[in-house]
Amino acid sequence: MTANDGYVLLALMAVPLGTALLLMLTPSGERSAIVGLTALSSFAMFVMALYVFVRYQFSDDGGIFQGVLAWTWMENVGVLGEKGIQLKVGVDGIGASLVLLTGIVVVPATWVSWKIQDRLKDFFILLYILVAGVFGVFVLTDLFFWFLFYEVALLPMYLLIAVWGSTRKEYGAMKLMMMLMAGSIFIFTAIFALFSHVGAGTFDMETLITAQKSESFQKTFFPLVVIGCGVLGAMFPLHSWSPDGHASAPTAVSMLHAGVLMKVGAFGVLRLGFQMMPQGGEYWAPALVVVGIVAAMYGAISALRQTDMKLLMGFSSVSHMGYVFIGLGTFNSIGWTGAVLQMTAHGLMTALFFLLIGGMYDQSHNRDIPNFSGMAKQMPIWTTFFVLASLASLGLPGLSGFIAEVHIFIGAFRAYPVVGGLAVLTAAITATYLLRMLAQAFFGEMNPRWTGLHEITVMERAGATVLAVAILALGLWPSPWIDRITPSIIHIPGVTL
Amino acid sequence: MTDILGNDLNMQYSLLLPEILLGVTAFLVVFADLFSKELKIGYRLLPLITVAGLVAALAASLIWADTTSDFAMLVTVDSFTTFFRVLFCIVAIVLVIGAHEYIEAHVNHPGEFFALLLLSTAGASFMAGAQDLLTAYLAVEVLSFSLYIAVSLGRNDPRSGEAALKYVLLGGVASAFLLYGLSFIYGVAGSTQYADISAALGGDLSDVRGSLVLGLVLIVAGLGFKASAVPFHMWTPDAYEGAPIPVTAYLSATSKAATFALLLRWFSGPLLPAIDEWQWMIAVLATATMVLGNLVALQQRNIKRLLAYSSIAQVGFMLMALVGISQITAGGLLAHLGGYLITNLAVFVAVIHFYNRTGKEEITDFKGLAQTNPYLALVMTAGLFSLAGMPLLVGFFTKFILFQTVVEADFLWLVVVAVVASTVSLYYYLQVIKQMYLYQPDGDATRWRLTPTGYLSTGALLAAVVVLGLWGTPLYEVADKAAAALFPVA
Repeated sequence: MTANDGYVLLALMAVPLGTALLLMLTPSGERSAIVGLTALSSFAMFVMALYVFVRYQFSDDGGIFQGVLAWTWMENVGVLGEKGIQLKVGVDGIGASLVLLTGIVVVPATWVSWKIQDRLKDFFILLYILVAGVFGVFVLTDLFFWFLFYEVALLPMYLLIAVWGSTRKEYGAMKLMMMLMAGSIFIFTAIFALFSHVGAGTFDMETLITAQKSESFQKTFFPLVVIGCGVLGAMFPLHSWSPDGHASAPTAVSMLHAGVLMKVGAFGVLRLGFQMMPQGGEYWAPALVVVGIVAAMYGAISALRQTDMKLLMGFSSVSHMGYVFIGLGTFNSIGWTGAVLQMTAHGLMTALFFLLIGGMYDQSHNRDIPNFSGMAKQMPIWTTFFVLASLASLGLPGLSGFIAEVHIFIGAFRAYPVVGGLAVLTAAITATYLLRMLAQAFFGEMNPRWTGLHEITVMERAGATVLAVAILALGLWPSPWIDRITPSIIHIPGVTL
Repeated sequence: MTDILGNDLNMQYSLLLPEILLGVTAFLVVFADLFSKELKIGYRLLPLITVAGLVAALAASLIWADTTSDFAMLVTVDSFTTFFRVLFCIVAIVLVIGAHEYIEAHVNHPGEFFALLLLSTAGASFMAGAQDLLTAYLAVEVLSFSLYIAVSLGRNDPRSGEAALKYVLLGGVASAFLLYGLSFIYGVAGSTQYADISAALGGDLSDVRGSLVLGLVLIVAGLGFKASAVPFHMWTPDAYEGAPIPVTAYLSATSKAATFALLLRWFSGPLLPAIDEWQWMIAVLATATMVLGNLVALQQRNIKRLLAYSSIAQVGFMLMALVGISQITAGGLLAHLGGYLITNLAVFVAVIHFYNRTGKEEITDFKGLAQTNPYLALVMTAGLFSLAGMPLLVGFFTKFILFQTVVEADFLWLVVVAVVASTVSLYYYLQVIKQMYLYQPDGDATRWRLTPTGYLSTGALLAAVVVLGLWGTPLYEVADKAAAALFPVA
């Protein structure tokens, strides 16, 4: 990637923000204008994300980030020294693959939202501000702006859920907001302390990563980052906002939230935690593994008990994010590659799940699994996609989940064989709850109550196809991802092969 | 001219031009009001004269933007003074433009009201520039007396008189505390000049340590009252609720900022050598203010009381910067003060226009505002989110800088308290936002628009909140320059 590609990174934030601004100026009644604008904008984001992913090639010469572009925002004033606060963009392999994930998920999320009747314009304004925040977190390499965009990604969530959500939406929205903001407290504190400890008067990430930091400092503040970002990553036991939030969020928000935002949390642990404080990371890695395996098992066992499809997916997400934390805790490159792959894989298939559940819920206003039966006869296309998502989720070879989980399992067996064994056991539990749901809801006798249901809409089919293609691509040909992720990881001090 | 000790004194009256202009305008307004019948002057001329005087004072303040000079060793004009003069003029201008309809409809004696506004602004800028304890004390009283009266000017509202009585009684006690404390400092240092006090307190104080500490306690209590720091905040919610809304806005803006100007002057100058004696007091005050202000705000039903507690909480954040005072923390404090003033005014002007239209001020009255007046709802939301320190708005940036400077001064624990408190604050701000966006307006509510001056004032404030949020550099640079004036390179 050249410096010129940095403009694409910048555009990844500017396009959704600009779209939000243009939407504000569009009259609410002009539905076709809103649809056209968002169609164009989401497609542009997808193309740019793909471009960033394709153009990123690891090279040993430059620094940690590629496509670096910086504008000084403020320097040499008060507490700030040289390069104090900069608007600085750049990606590494991890950022590039998550940018691609976001670019893929945005497109179907936009498509399925067009059927919203109530205040469509306001919905897209908030949704695109959220998307800008997510892209910002993945491409910004200045800690001040990183945190700013992190919060930008969280803030619209409250109104998105509280206005357009379902079941207990106000409660879900407020709980989610307050828990995520409580998480920010820890991140806030860690950022302040890091800036002060390094003492270079700059929020530039590259400077902060390469600067000398004492071991005791790293050991003290690493857990703060993990707790802070862990809330957003739905890390057990900080996950309790997540099932409630998912259950009440509108479809597109669930998709982006489970698909992308939770990854922002895990990404924060990587970037702020492991990259900035590797010694602290090494010290706390075993704890992370324990938390990860507990989360994976707890999420899977809880999912066994759920009957609401969205709640089931919420707990399933907690379980799958548990794998991510196991992968990070292995502190070896294969486990970490698996963790980043798992972020992408889980993002794609959860987005697909929520898209499908939303498409059905909008007609039936019911998500209770025991109420359904034999849906395969009534909605065959919907069922096909659902089965594909389930198989990806339980780790069928050839689909995205498999490749990620295999990496994590191998990494875990290398570091902590017992954990590796438990993780495989969890995969079996995952298969149980998913297959049981399929058997109950999709196959068997057709429940006559649902004869009025139609197949999902054309836009939903198109969106599901996009996600399904991505799931297959990652499952069948993972090397573009691995080639980008692994080299970025092995440069972190202390990581073993 | 020379003083009694034979020192040459600089009696350049032009240095005080902004305050002189404010005073003259105040008299003009009163006379215009007094002879309004004879001269056939309508109400509309009064705010015009006021704004003209304020703009002139603002322009005059900028003449000395880069100089450091003092008037007879009583008042200094440096970039710190200029910072506050400009800030106070802007606050008053915006307030007059944003609230003149309210003042016409809901305030007794508008002429006097405008005059009091001008006089208190003059008092506030003297507080920022004073170099002598007595000058400072007189400035405090000019500000306070104007406000005692202004609080009582609410028309047809019994709460106004009650609020004024409470404010004047407690304010009088606080002034007594302050003056008593100052007399101890004079006793210890033997002078009322800041420079002399600083030199005296730098020497051996073991004999008079008791008097010094007693004096400091009294001063902190007195100024704690003026700044409404916990536990001296009791008057704040009642006075805020009872006062006409523009006065409430003024109390939360200029009055508070002026107190911080004074605190900064004293704690960075004359009282700095005694930092070991007062540091813990401010730390305790800051912690209590942050915690209590935010927790009590959670239970409020009235928007003015909510904003009262929210402003108490903000005072806690700002006090934090005094604990480990240095040029860096002072710069952070001034930047946050600027951001807070703009944001708070945006919210208050929006509330004023809401009240003009509906005559209501409970939080639940805001329900459905996003549908009846989406623009005003947007201004309120931006303001409240900025107060909570949410990104892309000025509040995020200034709070971030303020907290970082306090961490630099090695008070990480205070910042942790502050960040937690700040998160709590989001909850009660969200309650207002929830009413506006989630609920339907009452059946008979129709869409309505603001007056042209309403659009002008809220538009300017909204633009400032957003633009400074995206590009806060000018604000921080000016604040840093002002802070540098407090710590001259020896």
